[in-house]
Amino acid sequence: MDTTADLLKTPLHSLHLELGARMAGFAGYDMPIQYPMGVMKEHLHTRTEAGLFDVSHMGQILIRAKSGDVRDAALALERLTPVDVAGLKPGRQRYGMFTNDKGGLEDDFMVANRGDHLYLVVNAACKHADLARLKAALSDSCEIEPQFDRGLLALQGPEAESVLAAYAAEAEDMLFMDVAEFDIAGVQAVVSRSGYTGEDGYEISLPADETERVARLLLSDDRLAPIGLGARDSLRLEAGLCLYGHDIDATTSPVEANLKWAIQKVRRTGGERAGGFPGADRILPEFETGTARLRVGLQPTGKAPVRAGAALYEHETGGEVIGTVTSGGFGPSAGAPVAMGYVPARLSSTGTTLYADVRGKRLEMAVTALPFVASTYKR
Amino acid sequence: MLKFTEDHEWLRIEGDVATVGITVYAAEQLGDLVFVELPEIGATLEKGGEAATVESVKAASDVYSPLDGEVVEVNQAIVDDPSLVNSDPAGAGWFFKLKLADSSAADALMDEAAYTAMIG
Repeated sequence: MDTTADLLKTPLHSLHLELGARMAGFAGYDMPIQYPMGVMKEHLHTRTEAGLFDVSHMGQILIRAKSGDVRDAALALERLTPVDVAGLKPGRQRYGMFTNDKGGLEDDFMVANRGDHLYLVVNAACKHADLARLKAALSDSCEIEPQFDRGLLALQGPEAESVLAAYAAEAEDMLFMDVAEFDIAGVQAVVSRSGYTGEDGYEISLPADETERVARLLLSDDRLAPIGLGARDSLRLEAGLCLYGHDIDATTSPVEANLKWAIQKVRRTGGERAGGFPGADRILPEFETGTARLRVGLQPTGKAPVRAGAALYEHETGGEVIGTVTSGGFGPSAGAPVAMGYVPARLSSTGTTLYADVRGKRLEMAVTALPFVASTYKR
Repeated sequence: MLKFTEDHEWLRIEGDVATVGITVYAAEQLGDLVFVELPEIGATLEKGGEAATVESVKAASDVYSPLDGEVVEVNQAIVDDPSLVNSDPAGAGWFFKLKLADSSAADALMDEAAYTAMIG
Protein backbone atom coordinates (compact mmCIF):
# COMPACT_ATOMS: atom_id res chain seq x y z
CA MET A 1 0.00 0.00 0.00
CA ASP A 2 1.29 3.46 -0.87
CA THR A 3 1.92 5.76 2.03
CA THR A 4 1.10 9.42 1.51
CA ALA A 5 4.78 10.36 1.69
CA ASP A 6 5.62 8.12 -1.27
CA LEU A 7 2.83 9.43 -3.48
CA LEU A 8 3.54 11.77 -6.36
CA LYS A 9 1.72 15.07 -6.66
CA THR A 10 0.14 16.57 -9.76
CA PRO A 11 0.49 20.31 -10.49
CA LEU A 12 -2.97 20.78 -8.92
CA HIS A 13 -2.23 19.02 -5.62
CA SER A 14 -2.37 22.12 -3.43
CA LEU A 15 -5.54 23.31 -5.20
CA HIS A 16 -7.24 19.97 -4.42
CA LEU A 17 -6.38 20.38 -0.73
CA GLU A 18 -7.58 23.99 -0.76
CA LEU A 19 -10.88 22.85 -2.32
CA GLY A 20 -11.36 20.33 0.50
CA ALA A 21 -10.85 17.18 -1.55
CA ARG A 22 -10.71 13.78 0.08
CA MET A 23 -7.41 12.43 -1.27
CA ALA A 24 -6.21 8.87 -1.87
CA GLY A 25 -3.43 7.09 -3.66
CA PHE A 26 -4.17 6.18 -7.27
CA ALA A 27 -1.54 4.84 -9.68
CA GLY A 28 1.18 6.26 -7.44
CA TYR A 29 -0.34 9.75 -7.21
CA ASP A 30 -2.15 11.45 -4.36
CA MET A 31 -5.42 12.19 -6.15
CA PRO A 32 -8.79 13.77 -5.28
CA ILE A 33 -11.43 11.05 -4.92
CA GLN A 34 -14.19 13.55 -4.18
CA TYR A 35 -14.72 17.14 -3.12
CA PRO A 36 -17.19 18.36 -0.48
CA MET A 37 -20.00 18.21 -3.10
CA GLY A 38 -19.75 14.39 -3.00
CA VAL A 39 -19.63 11.74 -5.74
CA MET A 40 -23.37 11.76 -6.46
CA LYS A 41 -23.71 15.51 -6.98
CA GLU A 42 -20.35 15.77 -8.77
CA HIS A 43 -21.53 13.15 -11.24
CA LEU A 44 -24.87 14.85 -11.86
CA HIS A 45 -23.26 18.29 -12.08
CA THR A 46 -20.96 17.05 -14.86
CA ARG A 47 -23.95 15.76 -16.85
CA THR A 48 -26.08 18.88 -16.37
CA GLU A 49 -23.45 21.67 -16.30
CA ALA A 50 -19.71 21.00 -16.40
CA GLY A 51 -16.93 19.38 -14.39
CA LEU A 52 -13.17 19.92 -14.23
CA PHE A 53 -11.04 16.82 -13.65
CA ASP A 54 -7.33 16.68 -12.88
CA VAL A 55 -5.99 13.91 -15.10
CA SER A 56 -2.38 15.06 -14.91
CA HIS A 57 -1.42 11.62 -13.58
CA MET A 58 -2.01 10.17 -17.04
CA GLY A 59 1.00 9.81 -19.33
CA GLN A 60 1.52 12.18 -22.22
CA ILE A 61 4.06 10.98 -24.79
CA LEU A 62 5.21 12.48 -28.10
CA ILE A 63 6.50 10.35 -30.96
CA ARG A 64 8.56 12.03 -33.71
CA ALA A 65 9.89 10.18 -36.74
CA LYS A 66 13.61 10.70 -37.28
CA SER A 67 12.73 11.23 -40.96
CA GLY A 68 10.58 14.18 -39.97
CA ASP A 69 7.52 12.60 -41.64
CA VAL A 70 4.68 11.93 -39.19
CA ARG A 71 3.54 9.05 -41.40
CA ASP A 72 6.72 7.18 -40.53
CA ALA A 73 5.94 7.62 -36.84
CA ALA A 74 2.37 6.39 -37.47
CA LEU A 75 3.55 3.32 -39.37
CA ALA A 76 6.04 2.57 -36.59
CA LEU A 77 3.31 2.85 -33.92
CA GLU A 78 1.14 0.47 -35.96
CA ARG A 79 3.69 -2.24 -35.07
CA LEU A 80 2.31 -2.06 -31.49
CA THR A 81 -1.39 -1.36 -32.05
CA PRO A 82 -4.16 -2.75 -34.26
CA VAL A 83 -5.67 0.67 -34.95
CA ASP A 84 -5.24 2.75 -38.11
CA VAL A 85 -2.72 5.40 -37.10
CA ALA A 86 -1.36 6.20 -40.57
CA GLY A 87 -4.87 7.08 -41.74
CA LEU A 88 -5.35 9.63 -38.98
CA LYS A 89 -5.46 13.11 -40.50
CA PRO A 90 -3.55 16.03 -38.97
CA GLY A 91 -5.57 17.53 -36.13
CA ARG A 92 -7.48 14.31 -35.47
CA GLN A 93 -7.38 11.84 -32.59
CA ARG A 94 -8.61 8.31 -32.06
CA TYR A 95 -8.83 5.58 -29.43
CA GLY A 96 -6.27 2.81 -29.55
CA MET A 97 -4.66 0.05 -27.55
CA PHE A 98 -1.34 -1.75 -27.14
CA THR A 99 -1.67 -5.49 -27.70
CA ASN A 100 0.61 -8.30 -26.51
CA ASP A 101 1.79 -11.47 -28.24
CA LYS A 102 -1.13 -13.42 -26.77
CA GLY A 103 -3.63 -10.96 -28.22
CA GLY A 104 -4.42 -9.36 -24.85
CA LEU A 105 -4.32 -5.67 -24.07
CA GLU A 106 -1.36 -3.98 -22.38
CA ASP A 107 -3.04 -0.56 -22.19
CA ASP A 108 -5.52 1.65 -24.01
CA PHE A 109 -4.79 5.21 -25.12
CA MET A 110 -5.70 8.19 -27.25
CA VAL A 111 -3.44 9.01 -30.19
CA ALA A 112 -3.48 12.26 -32.13
CA ASN A 113 -1.81 13.33 -35.35
CA ARG A 114 -0.30 16.72 -34.47
CA GLY A 115 0.99 17.39 -37.98
CA ASP A 116 4.69 16.79 -37.42
CA HIS A 117 4.43 14.28 -34.55
CA LEU A 118 2.07 11.93 -32.75
CA TYR A 119 0.66 12.75 -29.29
CA LEU A 120 -0.39 9.90 -27.01
CA VAL A 121 -2.27 9.94 -23.71
CA VAL A 122 -1.91 6.65 -21.83
CA ASN A 123 -3.11 5.36 -18.46
CA ALA A 124 -1.23 6.51 -15.37
CA ALA A 125 -0.60 3.01 -14.04
CA CYS A 126 0.83 1.86 -17.38
CA LYS A 127 2.77 4.92 -18.48
CA HIS A 128 6.27 3.78 -17.58
CA ALA A 129 5.71 0.37 -19.17
CA ASP A 130 4.24 2.07 -22.24
CA LEU A 131 7.23 4.38 -22.51
CA ALA A 132 9.61 1.39 -22.29
CA ARG A 133 7.51 -0.48 -24.87
CA LEU A 134 7.62 2.46 -27.28
CA LYS A 135 11.35 3.01 -26.83
CA ALA A 136 12.12 -0.68 -27.34
CA ALA A 137 10.02 -1.03 -30.48
CA LEU A 138 10.29 2.38 -32.14
CA SER A 139 13.68 3.86 -31.26
CA ASP A 140 15.20 2.74 -34.57
CA SER A 141 13.02 5.21 -36.44
CA CYS A 142 11.51 7.54 -33.83
CA GLU A 143 12.30 9.84 -30.93
CA ILE A 144 10.08 9.03 -27.95
CA GLU A 145 9.54 12.04 -25.71
CA PRO A 146 7.69 11.54 -22.41
CA GLN A 147 5.90 14.61 -21.06
CA PHE A 148 5.04 13.12 -17.69
CA ASP A 149 5.51 16.45 -15.94
CA ARG A 150 2.86 18.29 -17.99
CA GLY A 151 -0.56 19.00 -16.58
CA LEU A 152 -3.75 17.58 -18.12
CA LEU A 153 -7.24 18.91 -17.38
CA ALA A 154 -10.48 17.32 -18.53
CA LEU A 155 -13.34 19.79 -18.94
CA GLN A 156 -16.55 17.80 -19.44
CA GLY A 157 -20.26 18.47 -19.71
CA PRO A 158 -22.83 20.42 -21.71
CA GLU A 159 -21.43 23.80 -20.59
CA ALA A 160 -17.80 22.85 -21.32
CA GLU A 161 -17.75 24.55 -24.72
CA SER A 162 -19.07 27.81 -23.40
CA VAL A 163 -16.74 27.76 -20.36
CA LEU A 164 -13.64 27.24 -22.51
CA ALA A 165 -14.74 29.54 -25.33
CA ALA A 166 -14.69 32.48 -22.91
CA TYR A 167 -10.88 32.18 -22.98
CA ALA A 168 -10.35 30.59 -26.41
CA ALA A 169 -12.92 31.03 -29.19
CA GLU A 170 -11.14 28.24 -31.10
CA ALA A 171 -12.84 25.74 -28.78
CA GLU A 172 -16.20 26.35 -30.47
CA ASP A 173 -14.95 25.28 -33.89
CA MET A 174 -13.69 21.88 -32.78
CA LEU A 175 -15.61 18.65 -33.30
CA PHE A 176 -15.38 15.40 -31.33
CA MET A 177 -11.82 14.01 -31.57
CA ASP A 178 -10.35 17.17 -33.10
CA VAL A 179 -6.99 18.24 -31.65
CA ALA A 180 -5.56 21.75 -31.85
CA GLU A 181 -3.00 23.98 -30.17
CA PHE A 182 -4.05 27.45 -29.09
CA ASP A 183 -3.65 30.10 -26.44
CA ILE A 184 -5.71 29.91 -23.25
CA ALA A 185 -5.17 32.94 -21.03
CA GLY A 186 -1.67 33.52 -22.34
CA VAL A 187 -0.43 29.94 -22.36
CA GLN A 188 -0.10 27.58 -25.33
CA ALA A 189 -2.32 24.53 -24.72
CA VAL A 190 -2.81 21.33 -26.69
CA VAL A 191 -6.56 20.75 -26.65
CA SER A 192 -8.60 17.77 -27.82
CA ARG A 193 -12.38 17.70 -27.98
CA SER A 194 -12.69 14.42 -26.11
CA GLY A 195 -12.87 12.92 -22.66
CA TYR A 196 -13.98 9.81 -20.84
CA THR A 197 -17.38 10.65 -19.40
CA GLY A 198 -19.70 10.29 -22.39
CA GLU A 199 -20.18 14.06 -22.36
CA ASP A 200 -19.02 16.65 -24.83
CA GLY A 201 -15.86 18.29 -23.56
CA TYR A 202 -12.13 18.83 -23.83
CA GLU A 203 -8.83 17.55 -22.56
CA ILE A 204 -6.33 20.37 -22.12
CA SER A 205 -2.59 19.73 -21.93
CA LEU A 206 -0.61 22.50 -20.23
CA PRO A 207 2.90 23.20 -18.93
CA ALA A 208 3.06 22.10 -15.27
CA ASP A 209 3.76 25.61 -14.00
CA GLU A 210 0.68 27.07 -15.74
CA THR A 211 -1.80 24.26 -14.97
CA GLU A 212 -3.00 25.59 -11.62
CA ARG A 213 -3.46 29.14 -12.92
CA VAL A 214 -5.57 27.92 -15.86
CA ALA A 215 -7.56 25.56 -13.61
CA ARG A 216 -8.35 28.40 -11.18
CA LEU A 217 -9.35 30.67 -14.04
CA LEU A 218 -11.72 28.06 -15.50
CA LEU A 219 -13.15 27.30 -12.02
CA SER A 220 -13.98 30.98 -11.57
CA ASP A 221 -16.95 30.18 -13.84
CA ASP A 222 -19.75 29.16 -11.48
CA ARG A 223 -21.04 26.56 -13.91
CA LEU A 224 -17.85 24.54 -13.49
CA ALA A 225 -17.24 22.35 -10.43
CA PRO A 226 -14.12 20.34 -9.57
CA ILE A 227 -14.84 16.62 -9.91
CA GLY A 228 -12.92 13.75 -8.30
CA LEU A 229 -11.98 10.27 -9.46
CA GLY A 230 -15.07 8.77 -7.79
CA ALA A 231 -17.45 10.51 -10.17
CA ARG A 232 -15.03 10.05 -13.06
CA ASP A 233 -15.46 6.30 -12.57
CA SER A 234 -19.27 6.36 -12.37
CA LEU A 235 -19.45 8.67 -15.41
CA ARG A 236 -17.25 6.43 -17.59
CA LEU A 237 -19.16 3.34 -16.44
CA GLU A 238 -22.51 4.85 -17.47
CA ALA A 239 -20.85 5.78 -20.77
CA GLY A 240 -19.92 2.11 -21.26
CA LEU A 241 -16.20 2.93 -21.45
CA CYS A 242 -13.54 0.45 -20.37
CA LEU A 243 -11.27 0.97 -17.37
CA TYR A 244 -7.89 -0.64 -17.99
CA GLY A 245 -7.08 -3.23 -15.33
CA HIS A 246 -10.78 -3.90 -14.74
CA ASP A 247 -12.75 -4.25 -17.98
CA ILE A 248 -9.71 -4.92 -20.14
CA ASP A 249 -6.35 -6.42 -19.24
CA ALA A 250 -3.44 -8.49 -20.54
CA THR A 251 -5.77 -11.49 -21.11
CA THR A 252 -8.71 -9.80 -22.87
CA SER A 253 -8.55 -9.44 -26.63
CA PRO A 254 -10.09 -6.35 -28.24
CA VAL A 255 -12.71 -8.58 -29.88
CA GLU A 256 -13.72 -10.10 -26.52
CA ALA A 257 -13.80 -6.59 -25.08
CA ASN A 258 -16.29 -5.52 -27.76
CA LEU A 259 -13.77 -3.02 -29.14
CA LYS A 260 -13.94 -4.24 -32.75
CA TRP A 261 -15.10 -0.75 -33.75
CA ALA A 262 -11.67 0.59 -32.71
CA ILE A 263 -9.86 -1.63 -35.24
CA GLN A 264 -10.39 -0.11 -38.66
CA LYS A 265 -10.82 -2.28 -41.78
CA VAL A 266 -7.39 -1.32 -43.12
CA ARG A 267 -5.78 -3.29 -40.25
CA ARG A 268 -8.12 -6.30 -40.45
CA THR A 269 -7.74 -9.38 -42.62
CA GLY A 270 -7.88 -8.29 -46.27
CA GLY A 271 -6.99 -4.70 -45.40
CA GLU A 272 -4.12 -2.79 -46.97
CA ARG A 273 -2.10 -2.86 -43.72
CA ALA A 274 -3.65 -5.96 -42.16
CA GLY A 275 -1.93 -7.38 -39.08
CA GLY A 276 1.64 -6.57 -38.17
CA PHE A 277 0.83 -5.91 -34.50
CA PRO A 278 1.38 -8.19 -31.47
CA GLY A 279 -1.25 -10.91 -31.17
CA ALA A 280 -2.63 -10.41 -34.70
CA ASP A 281 -2.69 -14.19 -35.15
CA ARG A 282 -5.30 -14.42 -32.36
CA ILE A 283 -7.14 -11.13 -32.82
CA LEU A 284 -7.77 -11.08 -36.58
CA PRO A 285 -9.25 -14.62 -36.78
CA GLU A 286 -11.59 -13.67 -33.90
CA PHE A 287 -13.33 -11.20 -36.23
CA GLU A 288 -14.48 -14.25 -38.24
CA THR A 289 -14.86 -16.93 -35.57
CA GLY A 290 -16.10 -14.81 -32.68
CA THR A 291 -14.93 -15.40 -29.13
CA ALA A 292 -16.01 -17.64 -26.27
CA ARG A 293 -16.71 -14.63 -24.03
CA LEU A 294 -17.76 -11.03 -24.62
CA ARG A 295 -17.89 -7.81 -22.63
CA VAL A 296 -21.50 -6.69 -22.19
CA GLY A 297 -23.52 -4.17 -20.23
CA LEU A 298 -25.34 -5.63 -17.22
CA GLN A 299 -28.34 -3.98 -15.57
CA PRO A 300 -29.31 -5.30 -12.13
CA THR A 301 -33.08 -5.78 -11.92
CA GLY A 302 -33.21 -4.74 -8.25
CA LYS A 303 -31.82 -1.77 -6.38
CA ALA A 304 -28.62 -3.38 -5.08
CA PRO A 305 -25.42 -2.37 -6.87
CA VAL A 306 -23.44 -5.32 -8.22
CA ARG A 307 -19.74 -4.49 -8.08
CA ALA A 308 -16.52 -5.58 -9.76
CA GLY A 309 -15.57 -9.14 -8.93
CA ALA A 310 -19.12 -10.49 -8.52
CA ALA A 311 -19.42 -13.97 -10.03
CA LEU A 312 -22.11 -14.50 -12.69
CA TYR A 313 -24.34 -17.56 -13.04
CA GLU A 314 -26.78 -18.67 -15.72
CA HIS A 315 -29.44 -19.77 -13.23
CA GLU A 316 -30.79 -18.63 -9.90
CA THR A 317 -29.49 -21.75 -8.18
CA GLY A 318 -26.69 -24.21 -8.85
CA GLY A 319 -24.41 -24.38 -11.85
CA GLU A 320 -20.90 -23.15 -12.49
CA VAL A 321 -19.63 -19.59 -12.59
CA ILE A 322 -20.09 -18.43 -16.20
CA GLY A 323 -18.65 -14.93 -16.02
CA THR A 324 -17.56 -12.01 -13.88
CA VAL A 325 -18.58 -8.41 -13.32
CA THR A 326 -15.59 -6.17 -14.15
CA SER A 327 -17.09 -2.77 -13.27
CA GLY A 328 -20.22 -2.05 -11.29
CA GLY A 329 -21.84 0.48 -9.06
CA PHE A 330 -24.69 2.94 -8.94
CA GLY A 331 -25.26 5.17 -11.94
CA PRO A 332 -26.51 8.54 -10.65
CA SER A 333 -27.81 9.62 -14.08
CA ALA A 334 -29.22 6.19 -14.86
CA GLY A 335 -30.87 6.36 -11.41
CA ALA A 336 -30.14 2.67 -10.98
CA PRO A 337 -27.28 0.25 -10.48
CA VAL A 338 -25.21 -0.36 -13.63
CA ALA A 339 -22.43 -2.83 -14.45
CA MET A 340 -20.28 -4.37 -17.15
CA GLY A 341 -18.70 -7.79 -17.34
CA TYR A 342 -17.72 -10.79 -19.39
CA VAL A 343 -20.24 -13.49 -20.26
CA PRO A 344 -20.21 -16.49 -22.63
CA ALA A 345 -21.05 -15.44 -26.19
CA ARG A 346 -24.17 -17.65 -26.15
CA LEU A 347 -25.49 -15.58 -23.22
CA SER A 348 -24.49 -12.16 -24.58
CA SER A 349 -27.71 -11.15 -26.36
CA THR A 350 -29.44 -8.08 -25.05
CA GLY A 351 -32.22 -9.08 -22.67
CA THR A 352 -30.61 -12.31 -21.50
CA THR A 353 -31.23 -12.88 -17.78
CA LEU A 354 -28.23 -13.79 -15.63
CA TYR A 355 -27.56 -13.87 -11.90
CA ALA A 356 -24.78 -12.26 -9.89
CA ASP A 357 -23.62 -13.47 -6.50
CA VAL A 358 -23.81 -10.56 -4.04
CA ARG A 359 -23.14 -11.39 -0.40
CA GLY A 360 -24.30 -14.98 -0.94
CA LYS A 361 -27.51 -14.11 -2.77
CA ARG A 362 -28.08 -14.45 -6.50
CA LEU A 363 -29.41 -11.17 -7.88
CA GLU A 364 -31.06 -11.00 -11.30
CA MET A 365 -29.36 -8.96 -14.02
CA ALA A 366 -30.20 -8.36 -17.68
CA VAL A 367 -27.64 -8.13 -20.47
CA THR A 368 -28.03 -4.56 -21.72
CA ALA A 369 -26.83 -2.50 -24.66
CA LEU A 370 -24.09 0.02 -23.80
CA PRO A 371 -23.93 2.88 -22.99
CA PHE A 372 -26.36 3.28 -20.09
CA VAL A 373 -26.52 7.03 -20.71
CA ALA A 374 -26.41 8.29 -24.31
CA SER A 375 -23.24 10.17 -25.20
CA THR A 376 -23.47 13.82 -26.24
CA TYR A 377 -20.29 14.15 -28.31
CA LYS A 378 -20.30 17.06 -30.78
CA ARG A 379 -19.82 15.31 -34.11
CA MET B 1 -29.45 6.24 27.35
CA LEU B 2 -27.40 7.07 24.24
CA LYS B 3 -24.33 4.95 23.48
CA PHE B 4 -21.78 4.74 20.66
CA THR B 5 -19.47 2.13 19.16
CA GLU B 6 -16.02 2.31 17.60
CA ASP B 7 -17.70 1.30 14.33
CA HIS B 8 -19.61 4.61 14.35
CA GLU B 9 -23.04 3.35 15.35
CA TRP B 10 -25.33 4.94 17.90
CA LEU B 11 -27.77 3.10 20.19
CA ARG B 12 -30.71 4.66 21.97
CA ILE B 13 -31.53 2.22 24.76
CA GLU B 14 -35.01 2.11 26.28
CA GLY B 15 -35.51 -0.81 28.66
CA ASP B 16 -34.06 -3.86 26.94
CA VAL B 17 -34.55 -2.54 23.37
CA ALA B 18 -31.86 -0.57 21.53
CA THR B 19 -32.63 1.52 18.45
CA VAL B 20 -29.51 1.42 16.27
CA GLY B 21 -28.27 3.80 13.59
CA ILE B 22 -25.05 5.19 12.17
CA THR B 23 -23.52 8.44 13.38
CA VAL B 24 -23.45 11.78 11.55
CA TYR B 25 -19.69 11.26 11.15
CA ALA B 26 -20.23 7.84 9.53
CA ALA B 27 -22.94 9.18 7.21
CA GLU B 28 -20.61 11.98 6.08
CA GLN B 29 -17.75 9.56 5.49
CA LEU B 30 -19.94 7.19 3.47
CA GLY B 31 -21.39 9.92 1.25
CA ASP B 32 -24.76 9.78 -0.48
CA LEU B 33 -26.26 6.33 0.09
CA VAL B 34 -28.04 4.60 -2.79
CA PHE B 35 -28.87 1.23 -1.23
CA VAL B 36 -29.56 -0.16 2.24
CA GLU B 37 -30.07 -3.80 3.18
CA LEU B 38 -31.42 -4.46 6.68
CA PRO B 39 -31.53 -7.66 8.74
CA GLU B 40 -34.67 -9.79 8.89
CA ILE B 41 -37.04 -9.26 11.79
CA GLY B 42 -36.40 -12.12 14.20
CA ALA B 43 -32.75 -12.49 13.22
CA THR B 44 -30.34 -13.14 16.07
CA LEU B 45 -27.29 -10.90 15.87
CA GLU B 46 -23.97 -11.20 17.63
CA LYS B 47 -21.92 -8.23 18.74
CA GLY B 48 -19.53 -7.32 15.93
CA GLY B 49 -21.35 -9.47 13.37
CA GLU B 50 -22.71 -8.12 10.08
CA ALA B 51 -26.12 -6.60 10.61
CA ALA B 52 -26.79 -4.40 7.57
CA THR B 53 -25.15 -3.26 4.35
CA VAL B 54 -25.05 0.30 3.05
CA GLU B 55 -23.85 1.30 -0.40
CA SER B 56 -22.77 4.63 -1.82
CA VAL B 57 -22.15 5.33 -5.51
CA LYS B 58 -18.61 4.10 -4.98
CA ALA B 59 -18.57 1.31 -2.41
CA ALA B 60 -20.42 -1.11 -0.15
CA SER B 61 -19.89 -1.03 3.62
CA ASP B 62 -21.08 -3.27 6.44
CA VAL B 63 -22.93 -2.08 9.51
CA TYR B 64 -22.15 -4.28 12.52
CA SER B 65 -24.35 -5.28 15.38
CA PRO B 66 -23.30 -3.25 18.42
CA LEU B 67 -24.43 -5.92 20.92
CA ASP B 68 -25.96 -9.41 21.07
CA GLY B 69 -29.71 -9.46 20.54
CA GLU B 70 -32.74 -10.17 18.39
CA VAL B 71 -34.00 -7.83 15.66
CA VAL B 72 -37.54 -6.78 16.60
CA GLU B 73 -38.15 -3.95 14.12
CA VAL B 74 -36.47 -2.52 10.99
CA ASN B 75 -36.78 0.89 9.34
CA GLN B 76 -38.25 0.18 5.91
CA ALA B 77 -38.21 3.93 5.19
CA ILE B 78 -34.42 3.92 4.67
CA VAL B 79 -34.69 0.94 2.31
CA ASP B 80 -37.22 2.87 0.24
CA ASP B 81 -35.20 6.11 0.45
CA PRO B 82 -31.56 5.60 1.48
CA SER B 83 -30.94 9.38 1.41
CA LEU B 84 -32.80 9.58 4.76
CA VAL B 85 -29.65 8.14 6.36
CA ASN B 86 -27.65 11.10 5.04
CA SER B 87 -30.22 13.76 5.86
CA ASP B 88 -31.12 12.58 9.38
CA PRO B 89 -28.77 9.82 10.55
CA ALA B 90 -29.54 10.30 14.24
CA GLY B 91 -33.31 10.40 13.78
CA ALA B 92 -35.47 9.28 10.83
CA GLY B 93 -32.45 7.42 9.42
CA TRP B 94 -32.37 4.75 12.17
CA PHE B 95 -31.67 1.17 11.01
CA PHE B 96 -33.17 -1.45 13.33
CA LYS B 97 -34.30 -2.17 16.87
CA LEU B 98 -32.51 -4.85 18.83
CA LYS B 99 -33.95 -6.66 21.86
CA LEU B 100 -30.77 -6.97 23.87
CA ALA B 101 -29.72 -10.37 25.17
CA ASP B 102 -28.07 -8.60 28.11
CA SER B 103 -28.95 -4.95 28.52
CA SER B 104 -26.13 -4.41 31.04
CA ALA B 105 -23.64 -5.12 28.22
CA ALA B 106 -24.44 -1.62 26.91
CA ASP B 107 -22.70 -0.09 29.91
CA ALA B 108 -19.32 -0.91 28.38
CA LEU B 109 -20.02 1.14 25.23
CA MET B 110 -18.91 4.77 24.81
CA ASP B 111 -21.04 7.69 25.84
CA GLU B 112 -21.39 10.71 23.57
CA ALA B 113 -18.41 12.56 25.08
CA ALA B 114 -16.11 9.55 24.63
CA TYR B 115 -17.28 9.06 21.03
CA THR B 116 -16.82 12.73 20.18
CA ALA B 117 -13.30 12.54 21.59
CA MET B 118 -12.58 9.41 19.51
CA ILE B 119 -13.51 10.97 16.18
CA GLY B 120 -11.59 14.10 17.12
